[in-house]
Amino acid sequence: MTFLEYAPAPESTAILDLKSEYGLFINGEFVPGNGESFTTISPATEQKITTISCASEADVDAAVAAARRAYEKTWSKLSGTDRGKYLFRIARLVQERARELAVAETLDNGKPIKESRDVDVPLVAAWFFYYAGWADKLDHAGMGPNPRSLGVAAQVIPWNFPLLMLAWKIAPALAAGNTVVLKPAETTSLTAMLFAEILQQADLPAGVVNIVTGAGPTGSALVNHPDVNKVAFTGSTAVGRSIARSTAGTGKKLTLELGGKGANIVFDDAPIDQAIEGIVNGIFFNQGQVCCAGSRLLVQESIHDEVVDRLKARLSTLRVGDPLDKNTDIGAINSASQLGRMRELSDIGEQEGATRWSPDSNLPQQGFWFPPTIFTNVSTSHRIARDEIFGPVLSVLTFRTPAEAIAKANNTPYGLSAGIWSDKGSRVLAVADKLRAGVIWANTFNKFDPASPFGGYKESGYGREGGRHGLGAYLAPASSGTAEKSVVSALMSKTPLGGSK
Amino acid sequence: METTATGSTAIAPASRALEVIGGDLTEKALKRYLEGIAGVDAVGLEARAASLGTRSIKTTSKAWALDKIISLIDLTTLEGADTPGKVRSLVAKALVPDADDLSTPRVAAVCVYGDMVPHAVEALGRAHDADAAGRINVAAVATAFPSGRASRSVKLSDTADAVAAGADEIDMVIDRGAFLSGRYGLVFDEIVAVKEACRRADGSYAHLKVILETGELNTYDNIRRASWLSILAGGDFIKTSTGKVAPAATLPVTLSMLEVVRDWHRLTGEKIGVKPAGGIRTSKDAIKYLVTVAETVGEDWLQPDLFRFGASSLLNDVLLQRQKLTSGSYSGPAYVTID
Repeated sequence: MTFLEYAPAPESTAILDLKSEYGLFINGEFVPGNGESFTTISPATEQKITTISCASEADVDAAVAAARRAYEKTWSKLSGTDRGKYLFRIARLVQERARELAVAETLDNGKPIKESRDVDVPLVAAWFFYYAGWADKLDHAGMGPNPRSLGVAAQVIPWNFPLLMLAWKIAPALAAGNTVVLKPAETTSLTAMLFAEILQQADLPAGVVNIVTGAGPTGSALVNHPDVNKVAFTGSTAVGRSIARSTAGTGKKLTLELGGKGANIVFDDAPIDQAIEGIVNGIFFNQGQVCCAGSRLLVQESIHDEVVDRLKARLSTLRVGDPLDKNTDIGAINSASQLGRMRELSDIGEQEGATRWSPDSNLPQQGFWFPPTIFTNVSTSHRIARDEIFGPVLSVLTFRTPAEAIAKANNTPYGLSAGIWSDKGSRVLAVADKLRAGVIWANTFNKFDPASPFGGYKESGYGREGGRHGLGAYLAPASSGTAEKSVVSALMSKTPLGGSK
Repeated sequence: METTATGSTAIAPASRALEVIGGDLTEKALKRYLEGIAGVDAVGLEARAASLGTRSIKTTSKAWALDKIISLIDLTTLEGADTPGKVRSLVAKALVPDADDLSTPRVAAVCVYGDMVPHAVEALGRAHDADAAGRINVAAVATAFPSGRASRSVKLSDTADAVAAGADEIDMVIDRGAFLSGRYGLVFDEIVAVKEACRRADGSYAHLKVILETGELNTYDNIRRASWLSILAGGDFIKTSTGKVAPAATLPVTLSMLEVVRDWHRLTGEKIGVKPAGGIRTSKDAIKYLVTVAETVGEDWLQPDLFRFGASSLLNDVLLQRQKLTSGSYSGPAYVTID
């Protein structure tokens, strides 16, 4: 044995006290769903974790009705200070149960425990703390004095950061005075169920937050429900488009946070060792299953070979394997279907003539695994340079001048994130100014903070989450006529739900 | 030193510098070379060090690491109050770190002031013989340690004295004042001269560790440049600190120096040693350093010729952890000896 084959250091799952079956969380209680229950598995082992209920259209209806009642009877009547108290309480409970939440997230999602422990869960608490502070300061949210909440928010979140995306959605909605019906992703409902327990612990008034689990049809029923005032969606561009279509003309306020193909631009004067770390963090963090991943590396031609050599050496030290092991750097892919897409696009990359490289690694037999992969000799016209792979696959392209770097970085239908690596501050600012991306990191990548707005241009969606801007997505100016009461439901006759996906 | 027509001063023709920088070895060329090295982003470097620090080293890996740490220690006493008796006591501890467990490995070296070298050599006895199994080296700090504020001739005779008295390793300090005022040639020439003073009568050399005193250099860019400079001038080891200036060794500083050593190896195939010194007191911290070495330059570096800890109190903490692994329970400071 060599030292670098560190002895196993698995985080114990003994801290989890999971039920064998989870219902829907409606009106402050767990109730059985009327749809067909499904199992949630660990993507690292394909072992069953627990059974999750599926919400039918009637269940969604009940959840929205509970949210509406809570909005009208309780939540909209509370002072900002009191709403803040609940949010602070939730934040503290998340901290208290941090280890449990991290283990559950890693088990259910496949991400390494060091990420759920050091990134996801601390950020969840930070998000609630941050928006708790806003609850009684809405006059300063940029909407003028006495801004009003919107009503019932329908929120659909993805599987890549299950609990963190829940926090991004729920915290600002509640701070602004809305009530919520949230649907977690089908493969990652577990931490949302634990979060529902936390809401019970926090004694949050019944119906303020409702969680309906299920697949696409459940989400569709939720966002198309006539009695919701706000729809917030994070996920694929295809689904985002269909939501935009189906909510058009309904008066529902909509924010979409969709895909990306972020450019990570490395100039020849970059702090090279940190740039290598940033490239690795940009595309291999969370197995690359990050909408703002730096999946296109744009490296100045003069240092291309050196960067690729160093990158390969660094990749060889990444540890792929059991996500619960505290030394694992790269965990499992969330689902078989995601894995299939990574394989398909990578194969296309090879067929199109790019050069594929992965470090030697023994991937486990069970579960869904994809090795960290880099493609060199990639052209801008290759599909791996254009399509979002949503996996640990980096496409390396080159540029010669800053103008070319900017043109190539912007040459994408997306516009979510970008990174710039240079020791020259003036260059960083000049280039950042010309990039069409919602988030631009300088000499770092994939850093998140609740005070910083996050969102995209073009096919990456619209609206911002985080910061004061994120609050604005859940508020209306005092004078505007959006639903204080159930205006939408009064205007619209109930139409059959679902089926629009 | 001679001045060329362009006004640049020629510097000592050290072989590494000649090979890497080229024939026209002037202070200007050296400066240009050092300034051409990629910068360091402090936030990113510290984040990387912190992330290496989260590795979880358990069970068999921990047992291996604890023994490895002991074998990499330069057990050190550098006090004005040092006496021959204190040095003998230190040597006794170096030879038998844990009298209750004779399977405990010996440390790599004892590190003392120059005038204590004869006492250390004498106390080591057979354990200092060239072919002794479990040999312990004698390292001496020299060149007007720790400040380095003395004339060149004083520094050189300080070094030569220690070597003549039997020191196997010389820990020199660089002239930080000269470095910070941009006189890289002066710093370079002095290292070359000290290296020459490490030469023994039989033509062999005592190993030269070059102390950068990173706490005084202040920026990671400076530390990186000073590391390159020291290697180019002929240092066998680059060492963080004297232990007399705060901050002494830190994980990010050591990581940065290891990256230089890794790059030097990529460039020339030659392996340079690294010695963090001062401030590493616990096994937990020392294990973070082992992880950082293994994941930055590779496991090859985890041997006394290429990595050392300059420490005194670290040894006892490692012994306590070692006892815990064998017995299953923590003992306490009364169960390890003070030296």
